[in-house]
Amino acid sequence: MKNHVLRPLWIVLAVIILILTARHFMVPNNFGVHGEGFTYNFHRLSNVEEWRNFKVKYQGREYCRDCHDANVESSAGSKHGAIQCENCHGPAIDHPDDPETLDIDTGRELCLRCHAALPYPDNPRARIISIDGDLHNPDTDCIECHDPHNPDLEEG
Amino acid sequence: MSCSRRKLLKSAMTATLAASLPISAFRFLSPAECRAATGTEGTRWVFLIDTNKCVGCGFCVKACKKENEIPYDAPVTRTWVERYVVTEDRKTHIDSPMGGRDGFIDPKIRGEELVDPENIAKTFFVPKLCNQCDNPPCVQVCPVGATYQTGDGVTLVDREWCIGCGYCIMACPYGVRFFHPVHRVADKCTFCYHLISKGRQTACVDACPFGARRIGNLLDQDDPVTRIIMTERVAVLKDEYGTKPQAFYLGLDRNVR
Repeated sequence: MKNHVLRPLWIVLAVIILILTARHFMVPNNFGVHGEGFTYNFHRLSNVEEWRNFKVKYQGREYCRDCHDANVESSAGSKHGAIQCENCHGPAIDHPDDPETLDIDTGRELCLRCHAALPYPDNPRARIISIDGDLHNPDTDCIECHDPHNPDLEEG
Repeated sequence: MSCSRRKLLKSAMTATLAASLPISAFRFLSPAECRAATGTEGTRWVFLIDTNKCVGCGFCVKACKKENEIPYDAPVTRTWVERYVVTEDRKTHIDSPMGGRDGFIDPKIRGEELVDPENIAKTFFVPKLCNQCDNPPCVQVCPVGATYQTGDGVTLVDREWCIGCGYCIMACPYGVRFFHPVHRVADKCTFCYHLISKGRQTACVDACPFGARRIGNLLDQDDPVTRIIMTERVAVLKDEYGTKPQAFYLGLDRNVR
């Protein structure tokens, strides 16, 4: 065959080989169809494991109970029993090693998340005792008077 | 052997009818239904949201952002809570300040519009998150195979492999995907894959004091979430898109899209 036909052919073949070689080194070997089909399961398999190993921050009430069992017990039996410790105390992560102390949210805004009065009588929010944040001792932290671990005013 | 045209057509018609009759007697099952019916071991994570219980405290959004390292003050979030205030004149007022991260403590919608309490017909809060669709359009459009569905039904994003083109963000009809400002890739709710694969619940489910959010395994017949989905009237968002969303809602209003 004539040279001017063959020359571009060699170039095309060289480019293809170059791309395949680059692909061989750049694409991880566990990349492919893992599961039922190409449409939804074409991926790098080791990424599933990477997501499984993502760092846990919120450890849950039972983790707190190991050391702070008295506090966990008292709040679990109160009207705030459904609220996780870490909702107000912040994620434990590796406490007590890292962080050594937790950054506790004691602000009014935290309490107002549930206890701010909204004019919604049909809403489940209406079943929660609520106040107008602008009128009810606006310059005082709620915890000055109310114990978040035992919010029952009659007992407290 | 001779065969007239009339005879051939007649026998072909009979054979077609005979063959199609038994097929019509069966119901077509999706693979998930099939697996559940045969009792094969497996997991299909689904979410159940009870809008009758949500009070809009936003603890779920806060927990999600901290657990999943989503920049706290950036206007992106994997889950959010919407407030709906429907008035007597059939107008719907909707807002979600910072995705409901700090709760709803202001009666003003979007911080400016005060709805007359006398005029309010109904109000509700709707938590939203990734629906972990059975037919995820976000996965179909990914040009590089950076997003995929795991065997237990969760759609994940490979941060190493994502090129940040944003097709998936555009493709999601629920708007649950966003561009992660730190990793510079597409990001979305993973159903806290690192927690559910350890037998724990998602951060938002744990943080909810009212039981408005629950996660369960649809292939486990005894799972309380599966029992509710099977026995009670549940709805999904944007069913007409054919994405087969797997976040089920109790008490969903028609104003919610």
